[in-house]
Amino acid sequence: MGKREVQEINASSMADIAFLLLIFFLVTTTMSVDSGLSRQLPPPLPPDMEKPNVEIKERNIFVVLINSQNQLLVQGELLDIKQLKTKAKEFIKNEANSVNLPEILPVEVTFEGGITETVMTTKNHIISLQNDVGTQYQKYIEVQNELVAAYNEIRNEYSTNRFGSTYAALSEENKKAVQDIYPQKISEAEPKKYGGNK
Amino acid sequence: MAQIRKGGKKKVPAISTASLPDVVFMLLFFFMAATSMKEVTYMVTMRMPEATELQKLEKKSLVRYVYIGAPKPEFQKRFGTSTRIQLDDAFADVSQLEDYVVRERSAMKEEEQNLLTICIKADKDTKMGVITDVKQALRRAYALKINYAALKRTNVYY
Repeated sequence: MGKREVQEINASSMADIAFLLLIFFLVTTTMSVDSGLSRQLPPPLPPDMEKPNVEIKERNIFVVLINSQNQLLVQGELLDIKQLKTKAKEFIKNEANSVNLPEILPVEVTFEGGITETVMTTKNHIISLQNDVGTQYQKYIEVQNELVAAYNEIRNEYSTNRFGSTYAALSEENKKAVQDIYPQKISEAEPKKYGGNK
Repeated sequence: MAQIRKGGKKKVPAISTASLPDVVFMLLFFFMAATSMKEVTYMVTMRMPEATELQKLEKKSLVRYVYIGAPKPEFQKRFGTSTRIQLDDAFADVSQLEDYVVRERSAMKEEEQNLLTICIKADKDTKMGVITDVKQALRRAYALKINYAALKRTNVYY
């Protein structure tokens, strides 16, 4: 044919360019998504206001103290962190309806499809976590972790019993209902000095 | 590119590299999509605490970070070795935290302002006194959603 053919652009260096970019992105990539323990802080008190004297029944509070030597005092007794989860679960559930554990009160919850039911639960319980100024952060996180684990296990157990699936697999409405039955109530109190600083 | 040469001698045909750019581009796009550029240079050393019940921080744009730890060796001459707080690219004092949160929040979209999450990235040997001060400052600034950054614990504890 008489037509002159347009010369083809040499594409062999394309691979080099792409490689260069690839290496750049490989180096700058940080794959890890940040993860951690999410918490909600209580709103601040107005400065001129006295601390409100909220009355909480003694049986409803689960006190966890961590001292500057990273030792745990749970409900007045020295405890190893490995037993904390079991102890916390026992407290939150109060299956035996013991008088020393939180009172069991009716709570109205709405399940999927708008079904409202009254469930008996320890809705007024509070876990009070107090730490010393000298407490190590790692220990504090471990304790928080154990408490969250206790809640997660309880919610999971409830979901398995009721819906036959894990808590994570539930629909949003049912999740909300289970959350209402076992609300996460961990209060992080202001620090007090219990022992000398290390 | 990939033509069989017609020489006198019979040679083994060269492997076609024509699809190499495609493969590389595919990898490139993957890494481009997965990349999140590191925004700050850490001026403090942080060894994260470990935990098992972790939740992922969903939206990066809603998260602001507070770094807590001992200054890195190159800063120790000026800032000492005791625990310091880093906000963005500079060392800060607890008293500056409140202003920082307010400033960051007002820079966000109005409908997202109440979703602001503060991620506390602290060294695991930090004393709780510092963390508590930070928490109190955050409370005063009404930044109530916080997250304690931690790593997934791989070894089973019990």
